[in-house]
Amino acid sequence: MSTSAVPILEVQAVSRYFGKFQALHNITTRFQAGELTAIIGPNGAGKSTFFNVISGGVAPSSGTVHFEGRDISSMAQHDYARAGIAKSFQITNVFKHLSAQENVRVALQMLTSRYQILRPRAAYGEVSDKADALLVKVGLADSRSKLAGDLAHGQQRSLEVAMALACGPKLLLMDEPTAGMSPQETVVMMDLITQMTAERTIILVEHKMKLVMGLCKRLLVLHHGELLAEGSPDDIRSNAEVKRVYLGQN
Amino acid sequence: MTSFINNTIERIRAHRMAASLLFLLIFPFLMPYETLAINILIFGLYAVGFNLLFGYTGMLSFGHAAFLGVGSYLAGIAVVHAGWPWWAAIGVGVAASCFAGLVIGFLAIRTRGIYFSMVTLALAQIVYYGFYKAERWTGGENGLRGVRVEAITVPGLPGVSIDFLNPLNKYYVILVFVALALWFVSRLLDSPFGAVIEAIRENEKRAAACGYDVARSKLLVFVLSAGICGLAGALRALHLSIVPIDSLHYLQSGQAVMMCLLGGMGTFLGPFIGAAVFLYLEDVVTNVTRYWMGVVGIVFMVFVLFFPKGVWGTTLDWVARWQRKANVNNAAKDQS
Repeated sequence: MSTSAVPILEVQAVSRYFGKFQALHNITTRFQAGELTAIIGPNGAGKSTFFNVISGGVAPSSGTVHFEGRDISSMAQHDYARAGIAKSFQITNVFKHLSAQENVRVALQMLTSRYQILRPRAAYGEVSDKADALLVKVGLADSRSKLAGDLAHGQQRSLEVAMALACGPKLLLMDEPTAGMSPQETVVMMDLITQMTAERTIILVEHKMKLVMGLCKRLLVLHHGELLAEGSPDDIRSNAEVKRVYLGQN
Repeated sequence: MTSFINNTIERIRAHRMAASLLFLLIFPFLMPYETLAINILIFGLYAVGFNLLFGYTGMLSFGHAAFLGVGSYLAGIAVVHAGWPWWAAIGVGVAASCFAGLVIGFLAIRTRGIYFSMVTLALAQIVYYGFYKAERWTGGENGLRGVRVEAITVPGLPGVSIDFLNPLNKYYVILVFVALALWFVSRLLDSPFGAVIEAIRENEKRAAACGYDVARSKLLVFVLSAGICGLAGALRALHLSIVPIDSLHYLQSGQAVMMCLLGGMGTFLGPFIGAAVFLYLEDVVTNVTRYWMGVVGIVFMVFVLFFPKGVWGTTLDWVARWQRKANVNNAAKDQS
């Protein structure tokens, strides 16, 4: 593991309690820029809590999270996008009654015209053009005028990716990007992720281990809220502890 | 025939400001008497202000009477106790209701759903009792009497003096303010911020993840909504030349909800149409029976059960369906 450069994301001794239940135990790890990392683990391992902590959904009970050297442990959710961290949720979160294009356009306008009240949206033509370009990128060009709620599940997830990309993030966090997808949809999403890796750092939480083995250079395994192992897919596969708690189950 | 109706409705949607204005210019001549037209104008604005929060941002306030009432009372107090001119009274009414919106909004936006509704209701009741008890200023139970504005004079235009006792004149003077407010709301809905509030209505979590400060946006729209309802209130004080204590009553808050649902929440013209239907029904039915509330109630139930999108929302749905059918037919024709 190279430790020379400043990591894009550094998690330092993070714990998180919900009441008396400790969902995360003292987790320390770092993510290098440009890497695609997957966080895996069995159900209840603390993956989602970890995801929420690094994406601004919940604050850590103790410990710190640094993004490009800046402490973001207690930053407000809406400041993440502006800082350059975007996320896609495990449960699809799109604006259902708005068109696909409007979904992406709203996400995009954050950069240019956030709280402008008296100028019409139509005056920001370049925002619409960019939204269309993003829809093309995620393969939704044909569905631009459809209501987001009318899109197929896989398409809604792709739409969410387009919305996450809208703020031009350096770091993209994805919580189970293929959850509930058909095999065909999964392939499309995996291709999309591979494509996006070229331009940015991606951390994804994934339940299906096989899926990420071929995709990621580095894996983190969580178990009972603890960091059980981290390393390359081969390291993880040969790790006895991991085999016991995770692979043994399948 | 259907295509004519379709085109007309499409045009109304595309030029909603011009269409509304044109309609409102001839409106008093369509009503049995001018005062009813004025009432509809004022409550239409009230419902539009309420709809900004309810229909577009998805926050159901049960306390908007507070803003209508504060706007009314403060405009009234400015005229009665301070002897200020009519235009200053309107300014005071709007400013005061914005301030009330800031305070109530600040406290209420921390909650969501039914809790938000209850908090707004409770805070509005506090406002009600505050004004009820401040008898010296507000007239208490009897309302604030003597908000007399007999002529409209415009500062800077010495020759202008409009007889405000003439109901038709009164209608057009009030229309100027209502039209300005409608224009403002129309601009706001078309603006990037209009997109933000709709995004918040659709999905707060996603809006925050997109980088929008949800709490701040909600507070801003709450204050704007309060200000518009306050303007409606101030105009009502000038219109009635009295401020009844009922202005602050929670039934008045309920009326805003009813008007929005009748006309169609989340549409620009819906609340205005809802207010017109509500007040027109009230007027017609009271001539026949004292139990007008029962009749209006039945109409309301029919709408909620069978036309949940209201008069205007349902009309727009029909148009959309016709258009889809027409498109399919055209496509079939092209193929054959």
